[in-house]
Amino acid sequence: MLELLQYSFFQNAILAAIFTGVTCGIAGTYIVSKRIVFISGGITHTSFGGIGIGYFLGINPLIGAAVFSLLSALGIEYMSKKSEIREDSAIAIMWSFGMAIGIIFIYLTPGYAPNLMSYLFGSILTVSQTEIILIAVLSFIISMFFIIFYKPILYITFDPEFAKTRNLPVDTFNYLLISIIALTIVLSIKVSGIILIISLLTLPQTTAGIFVKNFKSILLISVIIAVTGTIGGLFFAYAMDIPSGAAIIFLLVLLYLAGRGIKLLKL
Amino acid sequence: MEHATQILIALNKITAAYNGKVVLENVNLTVRSNDFIGIIGPNGGGKTTLVKVILGLLKPLRGKVHYKGDPDPGKISIGYLPQIHKIDYKFPITVWDTVLSGLISDKRLVGNFPKENQNKAANLMAELGIGTLSNKPVGELSGGQLQRVFLCRAIISNPDILILDEPNTYVDNKFEGELYETLRKLNDRMAILIVSHDVGMISAYVKTIACVNRELHYHESNIISQEQLLAYNCPIQLITHGDVPHTVLHKHEH
Repeated sequence: MLELLQYSFFQNAILAAIFTGVTCGIAGTYIVSKRIVFISGGITHTSFGGIGIGYFLGINPLIGAAVFSLLSALGIEYMSKKSEIREDSAIAIMWSFGMAIGIIFIYLTPGYAPNLMSYLFGSILTVSQTEIILIAVLSFIISMFFIIFYKPILYITFDPEFAKTRNLPVDTFNYLLISIIALTIVLSIKVSGIILIISLLTLPQTTAGIFVKNFKSILLISVIIAVTGTIGGLFFAYAMDIPSGAAIIFLLVLLYLAGRGIKLLKL
Repeated sequence: MEHATQILIALNKITAAYNGKVVLENVNLTVRSNDFIGIIGPNGGGKTTLVKVILGLLKPLRGKVHYKGDPDPGKISIGYLPQIHKIDYKFPITVWDTVLSGLISDKRLVGNFPKENQNKAANLMAELGIGTLSNKPVGELSGGQLQRVFLCRAIISNPDILILDEPNTYVDNKFEGELYETLRKLNDRMAILIVSHDVGMISAYVKTIACVNRELHYHESNIISQEQLLAYNCPIQLITHGDVPHTVLHKHEH
């Protein structure tokens, strides 16, 4: 298997696995702690609308996905402050509407949509050079953002009302964080696929949460678990010739069960 | 002789809505630096909305709030203890981080807290009997411990005023006395405004009582008469403190 590492497509895949693991480990810790898993699911699936339109217009579908996921993320954040709207129903509507738009435009596109499956289930071996640079930049940004602003992020997420009484820029942070999550989702689509991203954003954190109960430790351990999952999943997917998203999630669930088992034996 | 007192917060003809419904109307209230005010009122009477307006979390429909004469809440330092159900106590955060979060401000967003802040946190936690809990996640605490952690967070910045929203939601009635003794001591240093539906406990400790049920009635004493209760449709549970505490239940027909 070592000779694999000489191929540039495989080197690309490894880089993509590492950077995606880092971004998902960090973004997922925020998502799980703040209990916005459902919101993140909504953003993910809405982005499929952008992928469909990207196909239809003949541009990179990820650009369409980025526009859709950013707009839906900012929309949800804005909406969450208007108490008269039932947030969960609105997210469900957006979720399915995004999928519907995606399907409509893909069917309207003449010819065969070659990489459709790779967007739905992930195809880490087809990640392009440009996409890797984008994921690398994002993982640098998200890491720096969380390192520099660790304290305000932690306090605002834990108790936004109290943070407001301390005059922290709560709304600014919430908009920035939800935008980072939207971008994380878009750039993880190629690795894990739309349908499976949500597990990459929750499984490492839940596994970490078995052993540690503070934000910083969950951040670090989630990143380690997520990177282990994406790299392991890459080899697994290659060996079995299956979609990478499914392989990664399968491994992450195994890690979670192993964590549960270790915890049980210790007690 | 009393020290010179200062007006910290002034509410002027505040009308505020919550979920599109007007719950406060034409409310005036002045909080001075040595006040210890108990705010009572029935559920849905606007107590929490009043707290939100004072904290600057909710914009009133009409009226003005001034903090030391300025509309900017940042002009005074407010310590806030929320109701227990506002807190996600499964959140992965330690007691230590929670207490220190009381010191963060818009002026110091990044970097570690300086050593003196950390000493301050350690001393205050020891004083309130939670010194050994530093590394525990908040999810593993009892109600009483949780209350003291959030009290620490609220007062660590030496605020001008401490606002407590239903602190009795954390603990059983029998532990409440401890909190009120602590508050009495704190009142030497800061104004205190406490919201509660438990009239009796409050009136034994506070200096003055405000009664809010859409409108606000402020009594410049801590004695509530039966007539006042009737007139303002105040809470129905009244605990008096004689040799044997007893509860007087008073029925409303509203």
